Amino acid sequence: MTAAAAVATSATLPPRNRQQLIERLAGCGFAFPAFALLLLIDIIPLAVLLYLSFTDYQLGALDTHFLGLDNFAKALADPVFRRSITNTFVYVAIVLPLAVGLGLLIAVLLHGRKRTRSFYEVVYFLPVTSTLIAMATVWQFLLHPSLGPINGMLRTVGVHEIAFLSEPAYVLPTLAAIGIWHLVGFNMVLFLAGLSAIPRDLYEAAEIDGCRGGIDRFLTITWPLLGPTTMFVIVTTSITAFKVFDTVAVMTRGGPMGSSEVLLYAIYLEGYQYFHMGYAAALTLVFLVFVLLFSILQTFVLDRRVHY
Amino acid sequence: MAKVELRSVGKSFGDVPVLAGIDLDIADGEFLTLVGASGCGKSTLLRIIAGLEVQSSGSVLIDGAPVDHLRPHERRVAMVFQSYALYPHMRVFGNIALPLVMSRLGLFDRLPLLRALSLRRRRVMPEIAREVHAVAAQLQIDALLERRPSQLSGGQRQRVALGRAMVRQPAAFLMDEPLSNLDAKLRVHMRTELADLHARLGATFIYVTHDQIEAMTMSNRVAMMDNGAILQLGRPGDLYARPASVKVAQFIGTPAINLLPARVSAQHSVELFGAELPIRVPRPVGAALTLGIRPEAITPAPLGAPAAGRHVLVGRLHRSENLGAEYIVHVDLAQPASGVVICKIAADPESLVDGARDLALVFSPAACHVFDAEGHRIADAEVPNVASGVGAVSMSAVHP
Repeated sequence: MTAAAAVATSATLPPRNRQQLIERLAGCGFAFPAFALLLLIDIIPLAVLLYLSFTDYQLGALDTHFLGLDNFAKALADPVFRRSITNTFVYVAIVLPLAVGLGLLIAVLLHGRKRTRSFYEVVYFLPVTSTLIAMATVWQFLLHPSLGPINGMLRTVGVHEIAFLSEPAYVLPTLAAIGIWHLVGFNMVLFLAGLSAIPRDLYEAAEIDGCRGGIDRFLTITWPLLGPTTMFVIVTTSITAFKVFDTVAVMTRGGPMGSSEVLLYAIYLEGYQYFHMGYAAALTLVFLVFVLLFSILQTFVLDRRVHY
Repeated sequence: MAKVELRSVGKSFGDVPVLAGIDLDIADGEFLTLVGASGCGKSTLLRIIAGLEVQSSGSVLIDGAPVDHLRPHERRVAMVFQSYALYPHMRVFGNIALPLVMSRLGLFDRLPLLRALSLRRRRVMPEIAREVHAVAAQLQIDALLERRPSQLSGGQRQRVALGRAMVRQPAAFLMDEPLSNLDAKLRVHMRTELADLHARLGATFIYVTHDQIEAMTMSNRVAMMDNGAILQLGRPGDLYARPASVKVAQFIGTPAINLLPARVSAQHSVELFGAELPIRVPRPVGAALTLGIRPEAITPAPLGAPAAGRHVLVGRLHRSENLGAEYIVHVDLAQPASGVVICKIAADPESLVDGARDLALVFSPAACHVFDAEGHRIADAEVPNVASGVGAVSMSAVHP
């Protein structure tokens, strides 16, 4: 009986096995190109980065020594690096709430417009499409203490001129303002998409249930239902803000007196100006860990609150 | 509880007129249904009563007072939407409690974070919770209060939407096709439940639907709308038994009424396919008429069966649909008549046909509805109490 059953199964199994094998091979075949690209573009460079961060490799150097964790110890003690981390966090702390808040405000205001909406959408989105490096030059001119029109305006109003980019106290807020200007349009478009996804019925039901005005409507319906959009916007904005580089490199070069030194710029200096590739790799790893922690924290803390 | 009155309410979107001067009195505690095909303006009318849409002309009165200047929540009406419009981010409790929270707490007591400091909130919330629980118990959803709308079935969502409407004890319930998103079985069940709810609450219900069965089964009165106007307003039975126009006749009743072309004979009676029916019509001779006969008023019979006092058409069985308890029979009329007649019988029509699948369709002239060329009911058409011979005569006239 058992033997007969075994014979029966062994007789029926091979074709099914072959079918499974073919399906598995086909699956691997389809997945391979993506996997290879992932390996080449992400995983291998990351592994190399990890390896370099444990060495004293310099660009063009003939011999390289393994240092273990020395690079990381050095980074912790390095005042430039510590300052750049503080500056980056200050920059993110200014850009994140304002870029998200303004993006939301503009989106809510634009959502109600009918004819002028597309005009304003384009106006606010233009900074996103522009090249930040080129625009940084324009900003540099606008903010110039004696030639720039912004200080010109301040002078006509009677306020003394402000050295936006050469006064240590003003330089980070100024860079943050430019960063916000560059980000708001993108956030606005994301929020507009989120707003369009909220059913009209809900606003009508809320109106019947006693929502009196814009604030009630916003707090009862708009804000909670924009939760998932807001989370996405916060994550992307904070990562973008964390990666601030272009404006610093073009406008201030970390100055004055290191008051605009940020993480990515510090890494760039170590790697491409001083050719300390090993040390730069260690700093990059620290940067990546920060970004990762940031995203994980936001995803886990916010995710539980925004999804319904 | 309140009566709702509409005084020549009109609405147009741009140049497109949607409602043409609607006058309607809805009594306190009445269940009134606005029924009609999509695009007839019934939902717009409901939204005007709710205050979600502003009428172009006319006035809405609730309990005798005009409410045109009032915001939706000030009109003391509650609305149930076709999509239920539950707040997806709130639990069932929050959904039902919202109207009370909105009316009893100030903005400060509702602000996120700050509300924790509100003493008023601490005092009022237990009260609200008690009322929410009472309503939930009535609808048998008290076990679901901690769920989110996405975790509920269609029928449960429907109840939550009803609960949200009931908790405010509104002057009137406005319902915009509330059963359309349910499956057929649940719809039948909820029909009974809504009717029971209406009886229990004694509140005014204004109910919009495109489904004539819902209109017929639940309402005290039905307003049949078409093209922005009310075609007929009356009790469900009236709309069925005495439709004011061809459109009403076609809309009410399933399968739809059979409409046959007829005209006024020289004797001022109805002439159908050359045969005279004993229905007197005080209209000019030769005027075109439409004769409506409901499928359930026609009895298929074997050819040559006696049909005293009744009229007979002859046709060939085209198709029959077995619904279990009854059959829907499609018959192609034979010369000199033409067209398809649908009738509803309890017996299998296959047992009635002859070799050529021909059968007789017997109906009583008293069951006929007569409409003029414009589609209006001829109210003074009358059927004299005739001797059986007349039916036989018309029968021989039509018989090939």
